[in-house]
Amino acid sequence: MIYVWAFLVGGFICLIGQFLMDVMKLTPAHTVSTLVVAGAILGGLGWYDKITEFAGAGATVPITSFGNALVNGALMEAKTQGLVGVLTGIFEVTSAGISAAIVFGFLAAVVFKPKG
Amino acid sequence: MAQANAKKLTPIQREYQALAKAYEPSRPLLQNFIRAFVVGGAISVLGQGLEDMFIHYFGFTQKTAGNPTVAILILLAALATGLGVFDKLASFAGAGTAVPVTGFANSIVSTALEHKSEGYVLGVGGNMFKLAGSVLVFGVVAAFFIGIIRSLPGLGG
Repeated sequence: MIYVWAFLVGGFICLIGQFLMDVMKLTPAHTVSTLVVAGAILGGLGWYDKITEFAGAGATVPITSFGNALVNGALMEAKTQGLVGVLTGIFEVTSAGISAAIVFGFLAAVVFKPKG
Repeated sequence: MAQANAKKLTPIQREYQALAKAYEPSRPLLQNFIRAFVVGGAISVLGQGLEDMFIHYFGFTQKTAGNPTVAILILLAALATGLGVFDKLASFAGAGTAVPVTGFANSIVSTALEHKSEGYVLGVGGNMFKLAGSVLVFGVVAAFFIGIIRSLPGLGG
């Protein structure tokens, strides 16, 4: 059942992205930035984790989860460290994604040749 | 954006814009929406499959399985970008590939490759986050303010 919800929720978030690009005429960079901020706001309200509970990867794979994870990291550290925790904790949860993107991105640039 | 510029145009320029707009092919909205929905949903299902694999065979929990899943998806997107497959899929799927974390990886690899000729330090290193940087900046700034607001005493912190 979680696969059905993953498909529906993941697809729906991409549908919103397509709507922002086609109807609101945003560039892809504006679209993705908007979605990240939206994910951060939903994370701050505590709603994003509720979506993740039933949609699984449908909520964690789209870029909105990046905004949510930034907020989660900041709030987790803030609980134990106080306000400074907001700064030290922001990348706590998203470290894997960012590090993987930098490492694999660099290796891909070394291995592959630019196309066209 | 178009409306903001319209005031500065001469009548002839405005006439031309109206003419050009009439010949501009209209975007096939429904088709784009369906493609984005199906491809985005399919990538999420693939992610769910990876997550379940990490939970059942590698001892991850529901909460921690997200990290390796995202890393694998980023690796796949980096490979697909390097091989030139990603662009073809992206032109078909639009937001369906741009919105999942695959789009983040694609933007990093494609700008890194594009600037490879300028060298590894100035080209690859300096341009890697040219597109992905906006996601980081707005994500972190938003998270900072939301984190501060939620952590202040008396505001649900």
